[in-house]
Amino acid sequence: MIDLLLPATGETLHMVGLATLFTVLVGLPLGVLLGYGPAPVRPVLGAVVNVGRSVPFVILMIAVIPLTRALLGTSIGTAAAVVPLTVGAIPFFARLVEGALRDVDPGLTEAGHAFGATRVQIVARILLPEALPALVRGLTVTAVALVGYSAMAGVIGGGGLGYLAIRYGYQRFETDVMLATVAVLVALVQLVQFTGDRLARRLDRR
Amino acid sequence: MIELHRLRKTYPGGVAALDGVDLHVAPGEIYGVVGRSGAGKSTLLRAVNLLERPDSGTVRVAGQELTALGSAELRAARRRIGMIFQQFHLLSARTVAGNVALPLELAGVARSQRGGRVRELLDLVGLSDKAGEHPARLSGGQRQRVAIARALATDPAVLLCDEATSALDPYTTVEILHLLRDLNRRLGLTILLITHDLGVVERICDRAGVLDAGRLVESGPVGGLLGEPGSALSALAQAVR
Ligand SMILES: Nc1ncnc2c1ncn2[C@@H]1O[C@H](COP(=O)(O)OP(=O)(O)OP(=O)(O)O)[C@@H](O)[C@H]1O
Ligand SMILES: [Mg+2]
Repeated sequence: MIDLLLPATGETLHMVGLATLFTVLVGLPLGVLLGYGPAPVRPVLGAVVNVGRSVPFVILMIAVIPLTRALLGTSIGTAAAVVPLTVGAIPFFARLVEGALRDVDPGLTEAGHAFGATRVQIVARILLPEALPALVRGLTVTAVALVGYSAMAGVIGGGGLGYLAIRYGYQRFETDVMLATVAVLVALVQLVQFTGDRLARRLDRR
Repeated sequence: MIELHRLRKTYPGGVAALDGVDLHVAPGEIYGVVGRSGAGKSTLLRAVNLLERPDSGTVRVAGQELTALGSAELRAARRRIGMIFQQFHLLSARTVAGNVALPLELAGVARSQRGGRVRELLDLVGLSDKAGEHPARLSGGQRQRVAIARALATDPAVLLCDEATSALDPYTTVEILHLLRDLNRRLGLTILLITHDLGVVERICDRAGVLDAGRLVESGPVGGLLGEPGSALSALAQAVR
């Protein structure tokens, strides 16, 4: 059983790790633009993000298959699963980023303006650093959601723990594999949440 | 040093926060504005560095007409105007030294020059030993000192104080007022402060004005106004005593 669980766990970590990374790379700037971008851009991005967030992940997984093929040449496997995971998580994380920045005391922004800061300086030197603990919490929530979604992505051949659970646990009635898979997923989520909470607390100097 | 001419500001709700205010503050002077809550004091102070842009009227600081500047020029002009706030508005993520360095960073001062200047400023406000602390670990009075050091970082000619001592106890208030008086004398700093505490005006202001419903109903030397029985300032002093 370990022979099955170990590589599957590795695949899940691979998928979730890469998807989290790409989600931050795109979602962070997107979240900044949602809250503090040029006025004409904000409502457009907001609408796009809302559309992204309203599509159920099961449908999104299938809908992005052409994109995955175009990017990677295939739509099955662990690497391919990263694409729908990232596309699904970006709007979610971007909204969390926007919220985290909006929650920064407006008095700090005002002080920045009083000292002659540009909009970019206000975002880079005041809002992002002050929102860092909240951003880490948002990233934790996103990573946990990605662990869950990665299991779902396994259903359409993404590999990882979800794939293992379906193939052995469901299709072959090997209940113990199914249970072991769930146990590993639970442990993963606990670990991500614990690490994120600790980091956020350490960063919070208020 | 500060010349406000016929300032008007009406907020969307229809409230005339400033209803034609003329105010001159001389170089090196400490000028206090008092008035009841909602009189327009904060709006007036925020109009000086155009955090609140008036609907009409002109703002001149150190001879420069701020109301005529484009946004880049306005940002540069704001560096010559320091500001401190009732709630301090320090960055919690930065240390004391980091907070004081912020205006220098914004102004593009090189890292190599920032350290010395920050030490100088912390020395000026008596907080050299707190450089590495985070603001959350300081008392209210110490936080306001950090805010003062930050406000003076870019060597402004003018300091704006929005209820700077209202969150402090009476002892700390006196301490901060002494510091402001001291900076005013040593640096020739012009200070415009607003307060609802007449004690602040009596203690450090050279001249004062009374704002009522967006109008400056009175302006003059503090001693003179308080000695004059019919003045709005002495009426206010009577009311609180
Ligand atoms: N952003 C705003 N939008 C609408 N009305 C506002 C705004 N800011 C202030 N006002 C109104 O303008 C008037 C003047 O407000 P201001 O804050 O300048 O008063 P103040 O003298 O500083 O009062 P306080 O002593 O309570 O701080 C008030 O009637 C207030 O309700
Ligand atoms: Mg006020």
